Amino acid sequence: MPADPRQTLPAHPVAAGASPTTEPIAVRLALITVALAFLALFLVLPLIAVFAEAFRNGVDAYFASFDDPDTWSAVWLTLGVAAIAVPLNVVFGLAASWAVAKHEFRGKSLLVTLIDLPFSVSPVVSGMCYVLLFGAQGYFGHYLQSVGVQIIFAVPGLVLATIFVTFPFVARELIPLMQEQGVSEEEAALSLGAGGWRTFWSVTLPNVRWALLYGVLLCNARAMGEFGAVSVVSGHLRGQTNTVPLQVEILYNDYNFVAAFAVASLLAGLGLVTLVVKSALEWRYADQLASGRRH
Amino acid sequence: MHRRTFTRALTALALVVPLSAAAPTAFAQTTLTNVSYDPTRELYKEFNAAFAKSWKAETGEDIRVQVSHGGSGKQARSVIDGLNADVVTLALAADIDAIAKATGKLPADWQKRLPHNSSPYTSTIVFLVRKGNPKGIKDWGDLVKADVQVITPNPKTSGGARWNYLAAWAYGREANGGDDAKAKAFVAELFKHVPVLDTGARGSTTTFAQRGLGDVLLAWENEAYLSLKEFGEDKFDIVFPSISILAEPPVAIVDANVDKSGTRKAAEAYLKLLYAKEGQTIAAKNFYRPVSPDLAEKADVDRFQKLKLVTIDKDFGGWGKAQSEHFGDGGTFDQIYKPN
Repeated sequence: MPADPRQTLPAHPVAAGASPTTEPIAVRLALITVALAFLALFLVLPLIAVFAEAFRNGVDAYFASFDDPDTWSAVWLTLGVAAIAVPLNVVFGLAASWAVAKHEFRGKSLLVTLIDLPFSVSPVVSGMCYVLLFGAQGYFGHYLQSVGVQIIFAVPGLVLATIFVTFPFVARELIPLMQEQGVSEEEAALSLGAGGWRTFWSVTLPNVRWALLYGVLLCNARAMGEFGAVSVVSGHLRGQTNTVPLQVEILYNDYNFVAAFAVASLLAGLGLVTLVVKSALEWRYADQLASGRRH
Repeated sequence: MHRRTFTRALTALALVVPLSAAAPTAFAQTTLTNVSYDPTRELYKEFNAAFAKSWKAETGEDIRVQVSHGGSGKQARSVIDGLNADVVTLALAADIDAIAKATGKLPADWQKRLPHNSSPYTSTIVFLVRKGNPKGIKDWGDLVKADVQVITPNPKTSGGARWNYLAAWAYGREANGGDDAKAKAFVAELFKHVPVLDTGARGSTTTFAQRGLGDVLLAWENEAYLSLKEFGEDKFDIVFPSISILAEPPVAIVDANVDKSGTRKAAEAYLKLLYAKEGQTIAAKNFYRPVSPDLAEKADVDRFQKLKLVTIDKDFGGWGKAQSEHFGDGGTFDQIYKPN
């Protein structure tokens, strides 16, 4: 017997413009309140606290906090470390994602797992590994000392640790997008006579450029904000091997609370800028980011 | 069009990157590296300026002293792992012993090279309590009362914590007629009242003073006085226990490092000045007990109370013995401490 079509209709058809959800308004309000309270408590309040503490003694005290050569050398060091680590990660990230997304080879899944390793390893452990390898008592310690190269407790150690913790950011953005795009455009380019480099520069790279910038952005934010790994390999020499996050800790422990939060506000500012640019990229170039980033 | 925007973004990045990379400090100047422990931040900030001035007057050269501060044991570990210290000014002899033993960069008898066991200043362990002493803490015995929380750093990484630990042990021993087993039981009971172990003395001070945790901070005397100065005398009181320990933070030149960087002369002058009028005055001003009180300001010296103090050499058989017995792997600290 054919079903009566009327029986499949809802008893009370949803009026045009009404919400498609069926939960009572009280439940919805409660859920929204919980979510907002959570955000306020864990994201907005700490952010406000950073700036409130930084400006506790007024604007003059805030700017006076930057009148410290050690703080400036921390800022330059952080920029320098990021300036080395981020471009290297761009190269590694591009190479890795190109290999993973456009080619088939044995051990591919192992490579993908390895790229993700820094996400799952504690940064402190990665710092310790470098001390074990390159420290004076480490595996290469004697050799490095005999040739007079200092890696740990110097800038190279900071760069290594930063590269390690930021390694996945670029590759993770590019791999899904490249996989989604497939290899047909590259095949077309090759069949029209373009060489490998030409194909890469004219086809592959332009296709992923915004995703690449997106990855660079996240990579840079992490590179400048990293604490754990660089703390282990830094040696905390003032004005020499302290990056901005380490300088914040030092100022805080020097009872210099206003300066500590003033410098922390730099990092918070960097975070906010990153967020804005990231949102702008997501909004403007959503179709050219990996599908996970679209909304 | 998109591509042009992208190229511009890349160009901007390419311009910024070398600029920021070129900027870091590249100028050459004699620098001396002092790797020190946690609470000496203010002391060496002042002393380094005095030394730079004296060195300039003496030699006409500019010198920059760079410092690193952290828990004494952690700092020793960094020097062992290759941190290029010209001088080490740590919280206790065992940490410099560890450097000598692990690296051979300074001789085993380094502590005999300078007067007073190589300690230009001494200190002791006192209690810092909240204003008015609401929990009525007068002596070590009061620390194990049911509702008292004690803040002290981790003896594995902090020098001050090891002095704290031995001072508590000395009390336990004295209160029980010299019985070490009962002293150990007392220290074990005491550590049940410790909610958190920071890695260095300064970390513990901020935990107690800034974050408001605990009822009493076991602190270096200098750190306790500094807290009154930094946070206000209306916030805390210092309690002097019936017995404490003479803490001798030693200083030493790391021979292999100064010879490599050609800084031996400056390093020697640096340590010498610590024992001279400038060093002794600055130490006393920063609440360290100068070993030559007559060189320091009388008003600063008069602030120090006379306390009954045990010593590491007489009462604990020296750091060589105390370190392995109490703080080595499987030592008494490992036996009594279970995080709760």
